[in-house]
Amino acid sequence: MGNLFKNAKRFLIKIGNVIKNIFWNIRRILNNYKRKISNFLDKKRLNPAGKFPGWAKALLYLSPALIVLAIFTFWPIINSFALVVYENYNMSNNTITGYTLFGNFIRVLTDESFIVPASHTASSAVINTLIIVFISVPISIFLALAISVALNSIKPLKSFFQTIYFLPYVTNTIAIGLVFAYMFKTDGGLVNEFLSFFGIQTDGLSWVESNAVYWRSMFVLIFYSIWASLAFKIMVFLTSIQGIDKQYYQAAAIDATPKGRIFSKITVPLISPMIFYITVTSVIGAFKIYNAIVALFGVTGAPPGVSYNLQSIVMYIYQFIDGSNAGNLSVAAAGSLILFAIILVLTIVQMQVSKKRVHY
Amino acid sequence: MELRLENLTKIFTNKNGQETKAVDSLDITIESGTLVGLLGPSGCGKSTTLFMIAGLVKPTTGKIFFGDDDVTKLAPEKRGIGLVFQNYALYPHMTVFKNILFPLENMDVPRDEAFERVKAMANLVGIGELLDRKPSQLSGGQQQRVAIARALVKKPRVLLLDEPLSNLDARLRLQMREEIKRIQRETGITTIFVTHDQEEAMSISDKMVVLDFGKEQQYDPPQDMYNSPDNLFVAKFLGNPPINSFEAEVKNKKLIINEKPFMQVNIPDGLYDVGMRPENFRVKEDGFQTTVKEIFHIGRDTMIHFDFNGKNVRALVDSESINDKQKTVNLTIKTERVYLFDKQTGKVVNHG
Ligand SMILES: Nc1ncnc2c1ncn2[C@@H]1O[C@H](COP(=O)(O)OP(=O)(O)OP(=O)(O)O)[C@@H](O)[C@H]1O
Ligand SMILES: [Mg+2]
Repeated sequence: MGNLFKNAKRFLIKIGNVIKNIFWNIRRILNNYKRKISNFLDKKRLNPAGKFPGWAKALLYLSPALIVLAIFTFWPIINSFALVVYENYNMSNNTITGYTLFGNFIRVLTDESFIVPASHTASSAVINTLIIVFISVPISIFLALAISVALNSIKPLKSFFQTIYFLPYVTNTIAIGLVFAYMFKTDGGLVNEFLSFFGIQTDGLSWVESNAVYWRSMFVLIFYSIWASLAFKIMVFLTSIQGIDKQYYQAAAIDATPKGRIFSKITVPLISPMIFYITVTSVIGAFKIYNAIVALFGVTGAPPGVSYNLQSIVMYIYQFIDGSNAGNLSVAAAGSLILFAIILVLTIVQMQVSKKRVHY
Repeated sequence: MELRLENLTKIFTNKNGQETKAVDSLDITIESGTLVGLLGPSGCGKSTTLFMIAGLVKPTTGKIFFGDDDVTKLAPEKRGIGLVFQNYALYPHMTVFKNILFPLENMDVPRDEAFERVKAMANLVGIGELLDRKPSQLSGGQQQRVAIARALVKKPRVLLLDEPLSNLDARLRLQMREEIKRIQRETGITTIFVTHDQEEAMSISDKMVVLDFGKEQQYDPPQDMYNSPDNLFVAKFLGNPPINSFEAEVKNKKLIINEKPFMQVNIPDGLYDVGMRPENFRVKEDGFQTTVKEIFHIGRDTMIHFDFNGKNVRALVDSESINDKQKTVNLTIKTERVYLFDKQTGKVVNHG
């Protein structure tokens, strides 16, 4: 029996070798032809490589990606520049009443609940978004760094913990949002149960349900977006920390460097390109927050019966597409361009800062 | 401070359970304030030994003592050592200045004094003009000198140098060698200097350890080791051009070479490995006659090639004592400069 198995294995290895040999020979033959063709073309001075300039070749290879980008990214961007000059655009019958240069921008900027909170509310789309960006991004980056350093230093169960921390990344955002909403339920929610365990009065302590205070629902939203974005950051940081040459830590140990200094003077600078990349992409991502709010509070962006709204900029834009003010795509385009401008400015600022702080 | 290794052993085990004995039962005492050269071929366990003394690699068995303190279990940062890594390990994101300053920042050195010490040390190793550069903007030799400065600047109790001069050109190498020796003398830091260059080790060390396959071969002052090697490995490892070695028989207390008695030896009959250094031969009328195969003139000296028991043997003699046309030449060598080694153990049998 054992012999049979051994023979079978030997046979498979042989077959494998035969196949590898075939591929090897095919490559040799093809290379030979390639050389012959290119020699022939050289002799006749027909070699296309010499005729076409470098950029033409580059364009040819890039064309598949460029075509897809053009249809789904560049065209919509150009389109939104076109849309933004229409006055009172109506999508259903495709009519406009004229053209305007800044009208749609002014409409967005002066709109109630975009920058200035509407009279009956306590917040606006821009305020909400900025709060989320400037609280959740720094906290999540710092947490992700700390967790990756900790994960990197443990030996047993390392891959187990890595998997645990990576799970949120492969879980659906809406599903996580529902779980969060359930956890923060007023009656019998995990959080309230936990708080009352410590003797805190939680009767009617509402987080995401009716009459929740603004800061409480905002807390849940920020908590949620930090948690949902942690997995990817941890993965990126952990990978880059694992890529740091061990000898720098050995040298630091020899030089009697305290743990905190090793972190701030060696680990962080050596992965600073990754931290920069994560910062830029998370700021952009946080500005575009939408799913999380819908998952926690529904399309209205507010718990029932409250006088405020947790709407983000993107939610504000969407209301002109399929929300309460559906149809006026020009205003939506103006909102998108404003969001684009904010993100552009912030990214440029970050790049300037990074010139001093990032070590490539 | 005295440094003592007791039965120090390191066995690396890889994933398939294969074991490599990188360091094998080292028993060495390094006297306080001496510079010891650790010498051996590539892969013989020099770096591993150094890393165990530094605390970066845990010994499989054995103990390490600094003075009377057992430091075997002590963390590297508590040992107060300076280490120059074989591949420098300079922090790539810091300037040369910051790199050298880094160990001082971790100690309670006043800022002014720290800056002063960094500058003095940088000038000493000749990189005073490069303080603002990043390591990637330096040549290999300059990086090596930054690494030396970083190790020395904190005035360690023990200084460990892992091939610190391997990337320097010949002139700079000589200069740095003397510089290291001078600094070591002045500061009296107990120093271990790893190298695979026997000439460098001989010129810088107070004492040398020769390692092979993780085992100590000999531990002696350089000249003693050169003049009376314990075994064939050490004899072959030291000296340039290398020692001639060939097989010869001892019959009736006579060493037989080319079927003629060569000299009287006081050891039992049998087959031995014979070692003779090229520079120990002299041309003399009443010497042993050899048939010249080739003659090379190399400056002051002349190299003669001839056969001893079928092996090519080289002799380095004074150019004056020989002319090109000679077909034979008579050579002598002092009895105590002929080394006979046991064929099995490789140990020297007519010395010590
Ligand atoms: N981490 C490790 N895992 C497994 N084997 C190792 C490890 N480090 C070193 N070795 C093995 O131990 C032996 C000694 O290595 P070491 O680096 O000490 O040699 P060395 O004398 O410093 O050589 P060189 O002169 O080339 O630097 C080698 O055979 C090497 O392959
Ligand atoms: Mg080494």
